[in-house]
Amino acid sequence: MALLDVRDLKTSFKTDDGIVQAVDGLSFSVEKGETLAIVGESGCGKSVTCLSIMGLNPRQNTITAGEAIFKDRDLLKLPQDEMRKVRGAEISMIFQDPMTSLNPVHTIGRQLIEAVQLHENVPKQAARRRALEMVKAVGIPRPDARLDDYPHQFSGGMRQRVMIAMSLINNPDLLIADEPTTALDVTTQAQILNLMNELQRDFGSAIILITHDLGVVAETADNVLVMYAAKAIEQGDYRDIFYAPRHPYTWGLLSSLPRLAQGAELKPIPGSPPSLLQPPPGCRFHLRCPHAFDRCRSEVPPLVPAPDDAEHLDACHLDEQSKQRGAEDIVGRMKVGA
Amino acid sequence: MADELLRVENLEKHFPITRGVIFQKEVGRVRAVDGVSFSVERGATLGVVGESGCGKSTMARCIMRLLDPTGGKVIFDGKDITTIKGAELMKVRRELMMVFQDPYASLNVRKRVGSIIGEALEVHKIGTPKENKARVQELLDVVGLNPEHYNRFPHEFSGGQRQRIGVARALAIRPKLIVCDEPVSALDVSVQAQILNLLKQLQREFDLTYVFIAHDLDVVRHISDNVAVMYLGKLVETAPGPALYEHPRHPYTGALLSAVPIPNPDVARARQPIVLEGDVPSPINPPSGCRFHPRCPRFQPGHCDVDEPQLEPKDGGNKAACHYPLETWPMSDLRLHAGSVPAGT
Amino acid sequence: MIRYIIRRLLWAVVLFISVTLATYLIFYIIPVDPARLAAGKAASPHDVQVVAHRLYLDRPIYEQYLHFLDRLVLHLDLGYSYANRQDVGTTVLNAAPITASLVLGSVVVWMLIAVPVGVYSALRPRSVGDRIAMTGVLTGISVHPVWLGLIASYVLGYKLNLFPIQGYCAFSGAAPGETCGGPVDWFYHLIVPWTVFAILYAAFYVRMIRSTVLDTLNEDYVRTARAKGAPERRVLVHHVLRNAMLPVVTMLGMDVALALGGAVLLEQVFGLPGLGYVALHSLFQFDYPITLGVVVFASMLVIVFNLIVDLLYAWVDPRIRLA
Repeated sequence: MALLDVRDLKTSFKTDDGIVQAVDGLSFSVEKGETLAIVGESGCGKSVTCLSIMGLNPRQNTITAGEAIFKDRDLLKLPQDEMRKVRGAEISMIFQDPMTSLNPVHTIGRQLIEAVQLHENVPKQAARRRALEMVKAVGIPRPDARLDDYPHQFSGGMRQRVMIAMSLINNPDLLIADEPTTALDVTTQAQILNLMNELQRDFGSAIILITHDLGVVAETADNVLVMYAAKAIEQGDYRDIFYAPRHPYTWGLLSSLPRLAQGAELKPIPGSPPSLLQPPPGCRFHLRCPHAFDRCRSEVPPLVPAPDDAEHLDACHLDEQSKQRGAEDIVGRMKVGA
Repeated sequence: MADELLRVENLEKHFPITRGVIFQKEVGRVRAVDGVSFSVERGATLGVVGESGCGKSTMARCIMRLLDPTGGKVIFDGKDITTIKGAELMKVRRELMMVFQDPYASLNVRKRVGSIIGEALEVHKIGTPKENKARVQELLDVVGLNPEHYNRFPHEFSGGQRQRIGVARALAIRPKLIVCDEPVSALDVSVQAQILNLLKQLQREFDLTYVFIAHDLDVVRHISDNVAVMYLGKLVETAPGPALYEHPRHPYTGALLSAVPIPNPDVARARQPIVLEGDVPSPINPPSGCRFHPRCPRFQPGHCDVDEPQLEPKDGGNKAACHYPLETWPMSDLRLHAGSVPAGT
Repeated sequence: MIRYIIRRLLWAVVLFISVTLATYLIFYIIPVDPARLAAGKAASPHDVQVVAHRLYLDRPIYEQYLHFLDRLVLHLDLGYSYANRQDVGTTVLNAAPITASLVLGSVVVWMLIAVPVGVYSALRPRSVGDRIAMTGVLTGISVHPVWLGLIASYVLGYKLNLFPIQGYCAFSGAAPGETCGGPVDWFYHLIVPWTVFAILYAAFYVRMIRSTVLDTLNEDYVRTARAKGAPERRVLVHHVLRNAMLPVVTMLGMDVALALGGAVLLEQVFGLPGLGYVALHSLFQFDYPITLGVVVFASMLVIVFNLIVDLLYAWVDPRIRLA
């Protein structure tokens, strides 16, 4: 029984220019203790997916449909006060920019204590002790003194550690991390990813990691979901995506990585992602796809499993032979120095 | 001695910190750039890599004379441009251009694209308005945009397209050197690749020289001939591209390389990365001796914290500023420690 | 923080000297015959001479100014009105509480209106309620306070007899010779002036609060608070308002300072003998010492208030406090 089971999630926003379908029929599941990476470029809907699960989209002008079954309850249908009990205690979320994600006028101790007291009837002293433990666990030096400091007295990496502490303080079953290291330097990113790995082992939480960095996905993910223009175009475990990719967009993403080109010319995907106000008919990727043919322009390709692997899904009209060839082509090009 | 287009000698940029209630007195300095020397050959690309706060952007602006260096020299095409002013500086500005990081902030939202690209032509009084318009349309075509969009505003373009406009703007007066300050960091992966290809193609076509500043090592490796690594205002290693990535000599370079996530799961999960402790120290009070010593896994007390190492040639063509450079690569954690074998082996 | 305080205090002193110097120049150096002006219209040539001597007008300019400063700072003496035979200080101090009552009461009223309306508008932008509020704001800004005051006084006071037309009653009870006194009378006489005064400011503040709250609602830390499971009420009070009100507090300090300086128009309309009223009437009577006294006093108030607001802001925002 999966920890989180999302079925046909659809989220749209009413804007002045019309209805924007930000997520168009996403289905996936996350098992206990596992890491799912949702990959895609800006505007593909990966953040909105998680905000929808958490119920954090603006209430006016947002229409959400589908199911998100978490521990036998559909999160999308829960009343607000029930959902609030889940947020921060059973499912936590951390965001991209640590510099602005903490309230500048409260000490971090106060914000950590708030995270505890929102969910448990615990006296301040006890809550503070828990805060202290977490701050130690995330590797902040001089934890007791630092609890009384304000966010602006911490560096970016340290602030992200505080955010992680705040998200794990109630021992949630699932942690959603929305581009947690994108705004950080590469060595700080390594520290934070390392930390998240350790804590996942210690706390046993499942993680949904949203990122655009395929390197991060390669290092941390068990399963991967690739999104394009509000739809899932490929899903599978990490080996499927990196060593047997079946969708031209995935091929394109892999070919755009300088690391994998090794000095040879990069083969980027031409053009840019489509507007979600008026997505192209048929397959949304067809306008940029070097393999597109007639059927792609009119028929939306369904997400179907690969013949030899029921867990590996892709949404593409290409025949099996072309998909195999494309995969071999990409993998052949992946010469990576150590 | 190959044909040097740009040479920087002991470049320094310090920002004073003042304290005082009525009379401001200098109590310290932010040593943003603290003695950097390198040279770039005509037609080549120098990649400068470093993390936030290392001073690379400040250095870029000093080269461009957008900031005035507080020490050292900048020699461009044989001429010392460190302190020139007025008309002389204007002449030099025609040959040095810059492409900026944020495609959303670096274009004036109220100006039409044609005007943005052609501004340099206007300022330097090159060509008639008609000639300039033709030239701008040609440039739009060269960077892969539609010349008919000459009269559109920046907000009508995507991030990648805006960055192309930035590149066109830099090319307008046929500069010799283009300094690119994180030109692709704000772009999606596929768009990044498009811009990198464009830059490479333009370099071949117009015989351009680049100084390419970025924090993404993979990107820098892809586009550079030589790479310089900066830490806290100083260069810690310089080497030809392949040499740097195949056998880095400075432990910081090693840490940077091992921190970059590898998009190949088997390789990524098999290696043992060097994870640095703590944060980058402040450029106001840099550590004594070697600036990297508090975080260096090869630190030797008594030597590294006393003697500041200079940038010197090491094995394999790299130049590194280190008393205990890395001998092989990749290195596991155990072999990292210099000198005697650590306890417990 | 200490450095910040000291710097602000020193700056306040500099301001004080500039203001007093400017005032002194205007009243004593520029006029052709300051002694005559000080002595008043009814003075005889002999009186004028006496006044000239008392005011040190026969001494060099810098000595005059130093004497003026000395009198002001060391003796807290604002001078003497020869025309009205009163100590200026007393006149000013009698008028000050009246202005204070008017202004501070208005502040309470306008904040009581502005905060809920502003917050509501920000929470429900472009809703019907918001549009009504914004129309109200536009009206409030456009309506001239004097016109509104006169209309209110006429309709509510004269025609409908619901409120007194004019006049002030001391809070602490009727003084000998006065017809009214005590808290109830005080309140009753001030309620209409308060509301009229408040309308203009409330309009500005509704707009400002709406704007700062809207901005703050989009901040990342508000999203973090919601992600932690905080109920909307808590998010609003502890996270949004706590930050959104910071700039409002600064503006409030400045506005109060300026208003205290002399709510001239409305004091005149409602017959409240506060600082503004006194200044206006002393001008009509060419009673310069009183005018000068009010100007100096009002300026001091503005400087002191701004200083307090700056210090308050530094205390409330930890980014400044701990810099």
